[in-house]
Amino acid sequence: MTRSASLALGIIFTVVASMFGLVLLPERQLGGMGPVTLARPDGTEAVYPQPLDAWREAPGREVYRSLGCVYCHSQQVRPEGFGADLARGWGRRRSVPRDYLYQDPPLAGTMRTGPDLASIGSRQPSAQWHYLHLYDPQITSQGSIMPPYRFLFDTTHHRPPATFDAVKLPDDYSDAPTWLLPNADARALVAYLLALEQPYALEAVR
Amino acid sequence: MAEAETRGEARNTALRRAVIDASCRPVLMVWYGSSVFWLLAGTALALLSSVKLHTPEFLAGWAPLTFGRVRPAHLNAVIYGWASMSGVGTTLWLMARLGRQRLPWRRALYLMGWLWNLTVGFGLYKILRGAGTSIEWLEFPWYVAIPIGAGFLVLVAVAVRMMTTRRAPHLYVSQWYLFGAVLWFPILYVAATALMHSPAATGITKAVANWWFAHNILGLWLTPIGLAAAYYLIPKVLAKPIHSYYLSILGFWTLAIFYNWAGTHHLIGGPVPAWLVTVGVVGSMMMFIPVITVAVNHHFTTIGSFRKVVVSPTLRFVVFGAMSYTLVSVQGSLTALRTVNETSHFTHYTIAHAHLGVYAFYSMVAFGAMYYILPRLARREWSSSALIRIHFWSAAIGMTMYWVGLTWGGWNQGRMMNDPDIPFLEIVRYTIPYLWSRSAAGILMTVGHVAFAVLVFRMVRGHGGDAEGPTLLWWRSASEPGART
Repeated sequence: MTRSASLALGIIFTVVASMFGLVLLPERQLGGMGPVTLARPDGTEAVYPQPLDAWREAPGREVYRSLGCVYCHSQQVRPEGFGADLARGWGRRRSVPRDYLYQDPPLAGTMRTGPDLASIGSRQPSAQWHYLHLYDPQITSQGSIMPPYRFLFDTTHHRPPATFDAVKLPDDYSDAPTWLLPNADARALVAYLLALEQPYALEAVR
Repeated sequence: MAEAETRGEARNTALRRAVIDASCRPVLMVWYGSSVFWLLAGTALALLSSVKLHTPEFLAGWAPLTFGRVRPAHLNAVIYGWASMSGVGTTLWLMARLGRQRLPWRRALYLMGWLWNLTVGFGLYKILRGAGTSIEWLEFPWYVAIPIGAGFLVLVAVAVRMMTTRRAPHLYVSQWYLFGAVLWFPILYVAATALMHSPAATGITKAVANWWFAHNILGLWLTPIGLAAAYYLIPKVLAKPIHSYYLSILGFWTLAIFYNWAGTHHLIGGPVPAWLVTVGVVGSMMMFIPVITVAVNHHFTTIGSFRKVVVSPTLRFVVFGAMSYTLVSVQGSLTALRTVNETSHFTHYTIAHAHLGVYAFYSMVAFGAMYYILPRLARREWSSSALIRIHFWSAAIGMTMYWVGLTWGGWNQGRMMNDPDIPFLEIVRYTIPYLWSRSAAGILMTVGHVAFAVLVFRMVRGHGGDAEGPTLLWWRSASEPGART
């Protein structure tokens, strides 16, 4: 065997070995995982996790991806004693692999320019709040550096519109009374955000 | 008699090198020229993202320019445009020179360069239009991976052919690294793309596959190319042998074995099996071995020749890059420790670290390599030593400012985040001055890139002196010993 052939074999072996160890082994360990049935405190049963609904939440996830929310917001809660994620109220427990069962790709993220969103649906359950926050983060969160997403809204002045989810801007925000009309992307995105929650006690994986 | 023989031999060597350089010229002009174009485009996107973070109203009205799209567009422009294209150019030239052979399959490589440009341009367009995948370092839509993968196959074929038909039987350490990069990255890229866009990996395993890839694009693609160039250029310009041949082989194989496994340190504290993170931490610690061997080899070769480092544009950039490699690697290994990571994870500290790797190490070495190689291709010298000085100092000072500001600000951001009594918006407010310092650093780096682009443009267009002596930074002297630039 020539020198360059053995070099090539060594090179290929090292990278294939790490792919086997870091990707295929975990897939073997976790790939067979399914949803679990858990008992609620009131005695009824719940199946967790649930897939996103196809007509609004799943498209909302695509809006989240398309706008690149993941570059500032993580969706993973670190365990007790490692950071202050739980003390900040970002979740009820640490995140575990099962939380990401139906996520393709998972949007766990690696950056917290903004806060973690793993359970934003239960932390901030008001759709109105989310619409105002997306239109201009300064309305709800003075001093935020999140960009405004005004392009997800139409506005109408003076008379309240006939749609059910129009949101009135605060009086001191604009000169004339103004209502926000979220477009389809905004509605889907907020539906997705409201669906984000990591409830129930689940075990971490060793 | 003996003297005449030596002179004849020297002339033959010069002639052989000229023939090799001529064979590389049309291909490298496409790859190098395009890389400078993407450097400028990536820099513009970088500045835009940076400004948007402290001034969120800046150009906020239009979805294609929202932060969450401009930022991944910046990353992909500099990684797949600037870094990869300059890396391919350097790889081809070094392999040809070290193998003492002309570049084979020039037409295919030439076309591949233009195909690569179209692909990167199209991919960036798709990201700005909202089709980005939100898979970090793999944001191009899956179909964009097909021409990139095809391009890599051409590169693999060329590298294999050059390794098997080379005229120089000995393999220098640079060739090991280059052959490694050229085989590693296509495997990584194709496998990662397939894993991310198929059910071969599911749920959180996709995040693991993501970081296996994203860490290795630096470790097994840009790092080996950067190290190969440094291993070639430092002894070449100093006209003395590398400190230790055996250390360089040890460094290569320990990098090959350990770098692969380090990527899961990006998921410390994350929703993955605990053993996976432990593997990543161990891999990161073991990286001390290749890093120290490379550091000893590069720095011990340079020691005692600092005057040349000051005078030669190539050496200045390459030695700055080699020193940054030591720094970024030590920082990276330490950051993989759980106690450090608890604070640094999710903050701007990580962004500073990434730029220390891709910019202060890789890009500075790439600049140095281009300062050495382009005059040999164009058979012309750099037209202005002042512009080279501007490039060096604005890049070096800009990068240092960038790293110091975001490392300090990011570390404190992490400390505040781990104190639940500090409201989140107060942390955001705390980081804003550091985000401004990043924009200021970015403007400096932009100045350097424009100076570099002007130099390259003038060289390609035929301005600048003829090749009788190199452009040096302090004085021009024919009696100055050693190689050119």
